[in-house]
Amino acid sequence: MFKSFRLAVAAGLLAATATPAFAQGTLRIGMTAADIPQTTGQPDQGFEGFRFAGYTIYDALVNWDLSKADAIADIKPGLATEWSAVEGDGKRWIFKLRQGVKFHDGTDFDADVVVWNLDKILNDKSPQFDPKQAAQARGRVPTLVGWKAIDKHTVELTTRVVNSLFPYDMSYIFYSSPAQWEKLGKDWVKVGLQPVGTGPFKVDRVVPRERLELSRFDGYWDKARVPKLDKVLLFPMPEAATRTAALLAGQVDWIEVPAPDAVPRLKQGGMSIVTNKYPHNWAYQPSMVEGSPWTDIRVRKAANLAIDRAGLNKLLGGLMIESKGHVYPGHPWFGTPAFDIKYDPAAAKKLLAEAGYSATKKPKIKIAISTSGSGQMLPLPMNEYVQENLNAVGFDTSFEVMEWNALVNFSFQPVTGENAKKAGVNGINISRATVDPYSAFMRLYHGDYVPPRGANWGMLKDPKLDALINTAHTSFDRTEQTKALADVHTYIVDQAYWVYIAYDLNPRAMSPKVKGFVQAQSWFQDLTPVTVQ
Amino acid sequence: MLLYALRRLIYLVPVAFGVSLLVFALVHLAPGDPISAIVPPDAPKEVVDKLKEYYGFDKPLPVQYGRWLLVTLSGDFGTSIGTGRPVAQEVGSAFGNTIILAIAACLLAFSLAVVLGTAAAYAKSRMVDRLVTSISLVGVSVPHFWLAIVLVIVFSVELGMLPPMGIGPENATGWRLDWPHIQHMILPTIALSVIPLGVMTRTVRSTIKEILSLEFVTALQAKGMNDRQILFHVLKNAAPVCLAVMGLQAGNLIGGSILIETVFAWPGTGFLLNSAIFRRDLPILQGTTLVLAFFFMVLNLTVDVIQTMVDPRIKRG
Repeated sequence: MFKSFRLAVAAGLLAATATPAFAQGTLRIGMTAADIPQTTGQPDQGFEGFRFAGYTIYDALVNWDLSKADAIADIKPGLATEWSAVEGDGKRWIFKLRQGVKFHDGTDFDADVVVWNLDKILNDKSPQFDPKQAAQARGRVPTLVGWKAIDKHTVELTTRVVNSLFPYDMSYIFYSSPAQWEKLGKDWVKVGLQPVGTGPFKVDRVVPRERLELSRFDGYWDKARVPKLDKVLLFPMPEAATRTAALLAGQVDWIEVPAPDAVPRLKQGGMSIVTNKYPHNWAYQPSMVEGSPWTDIRVRKAANLAIDRAGLNKLLGGLMIESKGHVYPGHPWFGTPAFDIKYDPAAAKKLLAEAGYSATKKPKIKIAISTSGSGQMLPLPMNEYVQENLNAVGFDTSFEVMEWNALVNFSFQPVTGENAKKAGVNGINISRATVDPYSAFMRLYHGDYVPPRGANWGMLKDPKLDALINTAHTSFDRTEQTKALADVHTYIVDQAYWVYIAYDLNPRAMSPKVKGFVQAQSWFQDLTPVTVQ
Repeated sequence: MLLYALRRLIYLVPVAFGVSLLVFALVHLAPGDPISAIVPPDAPKEVVDKLKEYYGFDKPLPVQYGRWLLVTLSGDFGTSIGTGRPVAQEVGSAFGNTIILAIAACLLAFSLAVVLGTAAAYAKSRMVDRLVTSISLVGVSVPHFWLAIVLVIVFSVELGMLPPMGIGPENATGWRLDWPHIQHMILPTIALSVIPLGVMTRTVRSTIKEILSLEFVTALQAKGMNDRQILFHVLKNAAPVCLAVMGLQAGNLIGGSILIETVFAWPGTGFLLNSAIFRRDLPILQGTTLVLAFFFMVLNLTVDVIQTMVDPRIKRG
């Protein structure tokens, strides 16, 4: 009697303390976000939101091809099968929609749904207008001004100016189910808890601040991308130590952005660290207004040659790539710049001397930096390292340090704004996503895109560069477009318009149980081929 | 007693008003703009302006305060900028989770503190006294977020005994009183209880030591009372001081768990505040801080009333 009681207690304890057994095919991910990204259609929380609550639940008219690790991710047909600008009128675009696409609730996707969703984010008079989604989406489609259904499977979109790169913009706009919105009393807050899209995963449950539960959508239109996983569970874990512990303890199978100093421990624990280059740029964007030392190309080139990027890489445990320009070598837009960005302190000193600087007359540079932040990597030690390098060749470098959100706010005014003047800064360190041609070049380098319209914070105004960018945005042939973008890149590297320092390697750590993941050269990733053994 | 409690309740009104003003002012003094925090970095200015108008941030601060006070008085607290959900709902669910953890930490810390503090005060051996004093010193000195990380490394990563994060198993929602959920509580409870354990142990020890030196204890011994009966009297006399400190510590546990909740990804008010700070979600920040401040005030009032009940010598008003 006593023996059987002890056995029962032992069995009970074992059952209680054992890790819950999951059906094969449940992937548990620790995100860096502090809350579940917005699930209504247009995610917040930056591109992590797009990665986990965007392309999983929804589709865009134009999707990203995330199937390859060895080439930069490019756009491909999504909910639209083809698109083209109207012959002779570069401002009107015809998008042919994919037929037979169903939402997770069984309703049809068609041209009316496209119009309804564009009204949702761009027409504040429409009943379905959602300011929260609008806030996330409007900046992504800066040239879109008109939209109408031509027939059930065709829509016409109109842009403010000729924009041959407009299809890239449409890769950021997702389509939520109008029927679900109606069903839930036209309340976007309720839709956020029971969202319905057309994507490869449907939402089972949203528990604010705790988790987002997704499961396979068997009726997904792209049969090659029907998920192999049964379920995906996403947990917000803003603290890197928590993510690391959760992975090592087997509570999650995959974590985003492990801290560089945790990498050896993770490897020791049998975890794999997956990295790949992707369109990210960690650089100094200088002030180009009169009086700034950066207006002299020799100073800009000297700064680019002063930085020991290999040493910086060592500091980061190998989790970066040394910058060679705005985009990395091998990228289709890299081009053929003549200026080779490398570590050459002697050449840097020579350039500064030629520019009239000496030990008693140093170029004073003050960079606005953050203490942390999305894509900022390890800003404080990295900046201190760069400061040491720059000062070693004759710069007088100082920083205006602020919290990430404050820095983002700071960048909303150009260098001539009150904030920058008050702080006395002549450079800013905000990592940039260079996913598409607009985000890579137009908004950052074009003279018309000074904040608040764009992110040309340093007020660079170079008519030749503007013309090159305009050429890229008005070339409708893909080969010509790529060549024009390569010309833009060649020019900005040769002019050393920024101080290019590092590209992040997008690290994530995962348990050996995770199979089939291909880390695309993108901020977004495809979870559909992944399995958990 | 009832009159005293009622009068104290009425005193809470101007204090609450002051607290609301302070909370609003502090939240708005912090750098950063709530709308810019939720839009992509290069969102058009007209979008930012429209959102400011939508959420009322385009109005002067006194008007914003007045509007916020009105909705708060109606128990609404407004809407979260980050999630679009009602603040009352967000704070309510998070507060429940924090209370669970705080109660567990209070029970652990206070019961251990009473035992250790009493043992140290009564100890004839200096070793016991020194040991307890060391424990309390460590409790007060060790940064609890550091201890939390160490606990996770030892018990979750190395020994695999306890889960390192979350409120419960993956397939459950909310908190329930069962073993899988209790497992998730153990490490955060220990980490959270360390500071109040240190503070309370020192308080109990010094208070009891002081009472033991009073003449009435000698009188009780002379009357022939045994040690247990005397201990009862000593503890009763020590209670008012200890209760006052316990009240403060309990309040600190509710409001000061941001780091612990973040390390353990525990979805309470600390985790909510952390997320709200990064998102500049002012309605959530204001709502959570106000609720925590009110709780602190009510807790202090409760402790004062209990003190008066326990020790009739404390005459008030």
